[in-house]
Amino acid sequence: MPGVKKYDAIVIGGGHNGLTAAAYLSRAGKKVLVLERRYILGGAAVTEEIFPGFKFSVCSYVVSLMKPNVMRELMLPKFGLELLPLESTFTPLENDYLLRTADADQTYREIARHSTKDAETYMRFGPAMGQIGMAVRPILETIAPNVIRPSLSDLAATKKLLNHFKTLSSEQFEYLTKLMTMSSADFLDEWFEFEPLKASMSASGIIGTFMGPRSPGSAYVMLHHYMGDIDGAFRAWGFQRGGTGAVSMAIARSAEHFGADIMTEAPVEKVIVKNGRAVGVALENGNEYNSDIVISGLDPKLSFLKMVDESDLPSDFVTDIKNFRIRGSSGKVNLALDGLPNFTCLPGEGHHLRGAISISPSYDHLEKAYDDAKYGNFSQEPYMDIILPSVLDPEMAPPGKHVMSCFVQYAPYNINGGWNDQKREAFGDAVVNTIARFAPNIRDIILHRQVLTPADLEATFGLTEGNIFHGELTLQQLFAMRPAVKWADYTTPIKNYYQCGSGTHPGGGITGSPGEMAAKKILGLW
Amino acid sequence: MSYENQFTANTQLKLSPFFERTSKLNESQEWRRWSGYLSATNYELHHDNEYFAIRTKAALLDITPLKKYIIEGADAQIFLDRLVTRNIGICKVGQVMYTPWCDEFGKMIDDGTIQRLSETKFRITSAEPNFDWIKHNATGMDVTITDDSFTTAALALQGPNSRAILNAVSSDSLNSLKFFWMMDTTFGDIPVSISRTGYTGDLGYEIWMDPKDALTVWDLLLEKGKSFGITPTGLHALDIARIEAGLILLDVDYISSRHAIIESRKSSPYELGLGWAVKMKKKDFIGKQALEAEVARGPEWDFVGIEIQWHELEKHFRKAGLAPGLPGTAWRTSTPLYKGNQQVGYATSGTWSPILKRYIALAHVKSEYAGEGSELMFELKVEHYRKLTPAKVVKTPFFDPERKRSCPV
Repeated sequence: MPGVKKYDAIVIGGGHNGLTAAAYLSRAGKKVLVLERRYILGGAAVTEEIFPGFKFSVCSYVVSLMKPNVMRELMLPKFGLELLPLESTFTPLENDYLLRTADADQTYREIARHSTKDAETYMRFGPAMGQIGMAVRPILETIAPNVIRPSLSDLAATKKLLNHFKTLSSEQFEYLTKLMTMSSADFLDEWFEFEPLKASMSASGIIGTFMGPRSPGSAYVMLHHYMGDIDGAFRAWGFQRGGTGAVSMAIARSAEHFGADIMTEAPVEKVIVKNGRAVGVALENGNEYNSDIVISGLDPKLSFLKMVDESDLPSDFVTDIKNFRIRGSSGKVNLALDGLPNFTCLPGEGHHLRGAISISPSYDHLEKAYDDAKYGNFSQEPYMDIILPSVLDPEMAPPGKHVMSCFVQYAPYNINGGWNDQKREAFGDAVVNTIARFAPNIRDIILHRQVLTPADLEATFGLTEGNIFHGELTLQQLFAMRPAVKWADYTTPIKNYYQCGSGTHPGGGITGSPGEMAAKKILGLW
Repeated sequence: MSYENQFTANTQLKLSPFFERTSKLNESQEWRRWSGYLSATNYELHHDNEYFAIRTKAALLDITPLKKYIIEGADAQIFLDRLVTRNIGICKVGQVMYTPWCDEFGKMIDDGTIQRLSETKFRITSAEPNFDWIKHNATGMDVTITDDSFTTAALALQGPNSRAILNAVSSDSLNSLKFFWMMDTTFGDIPVSISRTGYTGDLGYEIWMDPKDALTVWDLLLEKGKSFGITPTGLHALDIARIEAGLILLDVDYISSRHAIIESRKSSPYELGLGWAVKMKKKDFIGKQALEAEVARGPEWDFVGIEIQWHELEKHFRKAGLAPGLPGTAWRTSTPLYKGNQQVGYATSGTWSPILKRYIALAHVKSEYAGEGSELMFELKVEHYRKLTPAKVVKTPFFDPERKRSCPV
């Protein structure tokens, strides 16, 4: 059945970037159709009631890098974007703890309890990283130029960036070079001495990446996490009221407000390519939709190795996409709880439960967790980034009950023998056992446990190999190289076929940025 | 050895009947003065969580310092109709009206709410003491005026979960209580009045009670409210919320004509964006003639919401090598607004709106530049240097959720 309705653009995938691109295109007056495979919008930024009365941000769980101009231009606050501050980071230890809060004096005192040197350094470190973040920010906001055959606008953009880099101080340049080359552990060793502090800070260098804190390159990933800003304050994490799915819904409502059509349970089988041009899509149910252009919000592997035929693509490009590193390294465990976890080192309720809880007592803990994964096993004692959404937003769970979101690393996609039910449960057990080391009551209060392995993340969310960022955020896969050189400006070798997922510049996280910049690029070419 | 306070003069700050609880909860021990009371600035070290309680959960505020007067008697309605600009004749029993009141020259003295408690009994709230003014104007009328400020304690429960909490505590459902209406009910055996009013522009209620019941009511609310995220909240958070709601504050956004000293400091309701609250069809009220004349010649000033444009603001800071410097709390410093080289107004309070992600302010602007969309320049200090950055006149309330007025179906 040839297209019932003619669209200007079809977006494959109702994830937050696909929806963002759709909203921008609709806002510019284009007729847009978004096709989502699942019954629910949001992709990895989705809230689902997995256990009756308990709402989970099933996959993505925090928001930090959402671009302020995207919020404003798409009027997201009007459509339900409500970001609550996640104000502390709590690292439980065997007989002690480290608690960093939004209050500088309190945090100083707390770190000084362990190391006066670190407490004072910490006060310098934040602003220094903020400045580096600012220095790098223009890169994130520039559409990556085609470095092989640059157009005039590519040259202009490159020149602008070069001029920007000339304004950096030598100190900024030094830090930047170090961040781009060193491991997060080595980089932090130059600043701090208290191991749990260093380990907790280095953890943001390994999230979503198949590397350990001692792997070179991890420092850059850490910087990527430092660039988030909320309300102009760098390094501020937020929790969306109603879970991350509510971010996606806000973008979807904005897109609909501007006139986009959105269809769920509409899995796309193939992009229809005629004479080297994308002309529409075919759904799995046989329906076809025509459009002037097609935009994929999927990861590069799916966009180019599944949605189109290899024969429609240049072979060097196919090789690049095949080499694109997208190794899943993490799992997600969501718990429905009858009460709050009670930490041995800091019993009772308090501020420490209102922010991130980081299971990162030492570099060795993280590196050993990585060692397990290197050889094809999940970590026996994983690194975890935990939050308790119901403490911030009571509507996430029934009165008095709680939900706990555990981001768990490492869980390799290619586990020895492959993932199965037994391994999934064993992985869940390892997670609960590790939490129980610090909060023994956890075992008694679990009402329901949802364990998502990288294989589950792939099956449920279409994240190839379960990689949460649509491809690792390592230097060789960023900016003009994301996902492949020459094709980092949201265009593809197929005419009228574009890409806008996290596998494009500037990468993963709930930022809206790839979607926004892809839409702006497309509108510029239109 | 215990310290004994020898200071016995009657000028010490008053302690609210809730102080026994609030003082223990106030982690930051930051207090402000409010009408001679000690009032919590923020309970936690930062007001973030309290602000978000207003917008996403439920915030509990001690509003006892409000001035409250009971007007009772056969002439009570006629008297109030003469005193204020709204039409009190149509205010039904159980209804609440927000209203300004003026002097004979149509300049605003104060603003507050009037609750109609019965056919012949009203409660009026105000920011400043108004007893003398009210009494002075009641001469010859059959009304008695009582200062209720110390005889009624009050709490505000504001935020999307406020109704659910009250339903859990109160013996009557709040579901059908409409915006700006009130009801009498009980918490256990404690009689309270609940009005669906507030200073946040969100779903919210104010609870009026006998001071002797204050602590029991506080404890009940905190206990039942826990699983709904009830959060004791201070004035820092409230100030952000009331700016987002576009609500004015006496002595910040305007000065009472009773102590304005110079003429230019006084404002009419029209000049404060309250023209809607002046009912010219009423037979007579204090200031009517002057206001009629003002309408005829057109008010010189308007009071509007402005949004400081982000892109240019960010640029100013980036030029200085800084991330955009946003105010952490609401500010109250008069800030000039320009059109070309000419100053055409001044903003009196402003804040970064964490929920809207916009930098907003309330401003007095010369009428001809006050239309929606009007582009002005806002004075900004970046690293000690004055800059001008664009600001646009926008509609208020900046934040106006549907839940503010709606009832559950």
